[in-house]
Amino acid sequence: MVKRVSIKNHSAEANLFARRAFLTFVGVLVMLLILINNVYELEVNSYEKYQTRSNKNRIKVLPVAPNRGLIYDRNGVLLAKNKPFYSLSIIPEQVKNINETLDKLSSIIDISDEQRANFVKNSKRTRRFKPIELISRLNDEEVARISVSQHLFPGVLIDARLKRYYPFGDLTTHSLGYVGRINRKDLIKLDQQGKADDYKATKDIGKLGLERYYEDTLHGTIGHQEVEVNNQGRILRTLSYNPPIPGTDISLTLDIELQMIAKRALAGKRGAVVAIDPRDGGILAFYSNPSYDGNLFVHGISSKNYKALQNRNRPLVNRVTKGTYPPASTIKPFLGLAGLDNHTVTTSSKLWDPGFFMLKDGKRKYRDHLKWGHGWVTLEEAVMRSCNTYFYDLAYRLGIDKISETMAKFGFGESTGIDIYEESSAILPSRGWKRARYNQPWYHGDTVNIGIGQGFWTVTPLQLAQATSILVNKGNIFEPHFLAATHEPIFSEVVNPENIELDSTEDAAFLSIEKNIVPYTVNEKPPIELSNDNNWDIILEAMHKTVSKPSGTGFGAFKGTSYDAAGKSGTGEVVGRAQDTDYDATKISESNRDNAMFIAFAPFDAPEIVIAVAIENVAVGGGGSNAGPVARQIMDQYFASRKLSQTNNVTAKD
Amino acid sequence: MNVRYAGKDEAKKKTLLERIHIDWPLLVVLLTLMTLGLFVIYSAGGQDTALVIRQIIRLGIGLGVMFVVAQIPPIVYQRWAVVVFILGILMLVAVLLFGHVGKGAQRWLDLGFMKFQPSEIMKLVVPMTIAWFISQYEIPAKTKHIIGAFILVMIPTLLISKQPDLGTSLLIASSGIFVIFLAGASWRLIGISLGLISAFLPILWTFLMKDYQKQRVLTFLNPEEDPLGTGYHIIQSKIAIGSGGLTGKGWLQGTQSQLEFLPEPHTDFIFSVFSEEFGLFGVLGLLFIYLLIVMRGLWIAYCAQDAFTKLLAGSLTLTFFVYVFVNIGMVSGILPVVGVPLPLVSYGGTSMVTLMASFGVLMGISTHRRLIS
Repeated sequence: MVKRVSIKNHSAEANLFARRAFLTFVGVLVMLLILINNVYELEVNSYEKYQTRSNKNRIKVLPVAPNRGLIYDRNGVLLAKNKPFYSLSIIPEQVKNINETLDKLSSIIDISDEQRANFVKNSKRTRRFKPIELISRLNDEEVARISVSQHLFPGVLIDARLKRYYPFGDLTTHSLGYVGRINRKDLIKLDQQGKADDYKATKDIGKLGLERYYEDTLHGTIGHQEVEVNNQGRILRTLSYNPPIPGTDISLTLDIELQMIAKRALAGKRGAVVAIDPRDGGILAFYSNPSYDGNLFVHGISSKNYKALQNRNRPLVNRVTKGTYPPASTIKPFLGLAGLDNHTVTTSSKLWDPGFFMLKDGKRKYRDHLKWGHGWVTLEEAVMRSCNTYFYDLAYRLGIDKISETMAKFGFGESTGIDIYEESSAILPSRGWKRARYNQPWYHGDTVNIGIGQGFWTVTPLQLAQATSILVNKGNIFEPHFLAATHEPIFSEVVNPENIELDSTEDAAFLSIEKNIVPYTVNEKPPIELSNDNNWDIILEAMHKTVSKPSGTGFGAFKGTSYDAAGKSGTGEVVGRAQDTDYDATKISESNRDNAMFIAFAPFDAPEIVIAVAIENVAVGGGGSNAGPVARQIMDQYFASRKLSQTNNVTAKD
Repeated sequence: MNVRYAGKDEAKKKTLLERIHIDWPLLVVLLTLMTLGLFVIYSAGGQDTALVIRQIIRLGIGLGVMFVVAQIPPIVYQRWAVVVFILGILMLVAVLLFGHVGKGAQRWLDLGFMKFQPSEIMKLVVPMTIAWFISQYEIPAKTKHIIGAFILVMIPTLLISKQPDLGTSLLIASSGIFVIFLAGASWRLIGISLGLISAFLPILWTFLMKDYQKQRVLTFLNPEEDPLGTGYHIIQSKIAIGSGGLTGKGWLQGTQSQLEFLPEPHTDFIFSVFSEEFGLFGVLGLLFIYLLIVMRGLWIAYCAQDAFTKLLAGSLTLTFFVYVFVNIGMVSGILPVVGVPLPLVSYGGTSMVTLMASFGVLMGISTHRRLIS
């Protein structure tokens, strides 16, 4: 029955099925069109969009840090360079058995348990194809040992990265400063200055001194590397490379040999030396003792090392620009000049020095350093022999207003404008200053103390040197500066810091020929005008005699020099003394002992070098016997090497 | 009438291939597709020759299965379908009770010596059973028979969706529904069913779908909302397809796949690799190959001798197309991500063997011709 029905309707059944099958076929075609339409939309209409997104997926732009500009001294000696430092990393993916490799490695070099534990910890959260650091700093010997047996350690890498290195260590720290790792504060500042993009790949930034001041010059311009990466960020190949532009090199006016002499001369003392070329304001020597090694800060100083630097000798303080000392008798030539120019004294006016000075009210005796006094003294003698009474009188009669006005012209009480940021303006007292500082009127007694560079008056050694420089220039003012010139190395070919060859010569910079030399333009300020230009010569001559005449306070220190020097000593009281008490260095605490000061210049007729020395708390003697010899040693060296180079020049010409 | 003559003619003209029950046009297209697939797998799998060799072995197994199945006369299915169907339902229940959990879903039955996925068998057995059920009665089928057939479809569908395996349950449901449609369900009934399905969707969403399935649907609706999470796959896939352009980046040159931005580039997302490397022209070619297979399948169904084989052949062919549509739709972003491979191109496993078996069935239908007296 069933079968018969099915046969009977066979034809109708087949027709129905054919219709339905045809409908489904149309359905299939429609569905295919939907798919094609969608793929068309993606591949044709939105092609550009997806093309861009596909490239964005695979192409990463990696910033490449520029090499920092190098710093040379005046003779081309490298003071700051970029040295490769080596670290050891392991790529877990390429190592069969990590533990075995670590054991084998530790038979060649020391691996501490801590380093090992850190490595294991890091390897768990880093992708397996990325190198993981095991040892952050290898010494040369370790590098050599591993390099020799490199073939035994597949997947073990020695990474070199350039870090700042100061070959002269503590000799240059107070002038060069140092670089350190960019911290959060630096980042905020870079962001505000709109320089953050340029520092994307940079790890270190100038933190102090010239490194900080010339950061923009030294840093250079960032480069970019376009690489193809996979979905995990593994770099597969480099697509394009836009190399960074290395930072500009700079040459300083500083002479590293003078630095060495300065260090040796100040050994065991707290103090500072600064030497300036008065002809343009270039700093020749700049040393503060004790100093410290700036290299410690480049890799991040350990708290133990940092603690050690915070001792009572305060090596971190830059005494040249931040040490403030009473100028003491070194100020007398300047006061003498002010006296002459204001007609308070003349070259021939004389004063009777009974060994003390008394104000009209007669309450207090201001003592000379000679108990018995100097007798009749002229201005010249008063400078030469450093007669206090003469200058008590001069200051008193000149008055504080004239003194501070004239001294301000010599730059006291304000920063010199030197090209480092760490500078104190010290204190040049005046009525207004005292009112503001202590809310007290100015007393005559204050003026009397000012006459011998004591009381409220403080100076930095740099200010003192700069004032002396103005003096020897007869009023012409050149801002003191370290920078001599900037220049690009001719071999500006870039070493990608990631791929430094192990055997790359770190001193390659020596070979490079510098180009595009831009000399430093000296900042000249309006000169000091005197009512009579002869007054300059009178004072300079007095300083000349201070050194050249046996009765002068600087005679001992400069006896028998090959050059003609001039100068002035000073012995600064650190604490005020009660009237009529004698000073005995052995009876008071070390930090209350006198400071020794000295200013000097040479050659007398055409000065090339001006020196200021300050030594804290000397045990015996004063400025002439302590600070004077320091100034002399530097000058000796300066003139010795000048003579040598002149001889060389002459020979070369022949 | 025609049939009788056709039978006589064929008996004379039988070629060797027909004698071993192989439908050569279908075989040629299938082999073309497989070969193309091997090239894409080589590129998508990171140029891993071992992967290609494993796929060749699987294709070989698939072809073997197809050959064996093609020898079975369709009458056998008609006789045994219901028995296997009942066994299959029991196995599906067993899977839910003691199944082996893999990839977050319970699909496997561990028989001790081998792991077995009953839902794969059901892909063939369900259309056979429904075709058997409907062909018992007159065609066009009556509403009560259609409702009966529908219930038969829903039992395995729901069991499989519980595993959960949305992709397979979808394919099984559609294979059954195709039979019902081809059997001439009235348009009124189809209209009512569509209404019921739309009513059923909220129930499906609330009670039957697992969280990850809902997430897939949500991601599908707005992939850019979660570009690094679940939306990542769809976005990367669209980038791959879109960046192919008209002519593609060239074989082995697709950056999205070679640099591993694409998820599962050699399995579910192989179409994205293909379009990235061969562009719109390649896609048109690939879709044409699929269209040829569908056309040949429907032709076999059209030529089939009785209602059972017509319905079965039609359903198997259309289900094959559902694979294609769902896979391409999902990787190109017009359908949610359900784990359906691109048939005969994607790398892998069990579902490919099932597909080849269904082509075996098709070939059997086209070559086992009875003389109807």
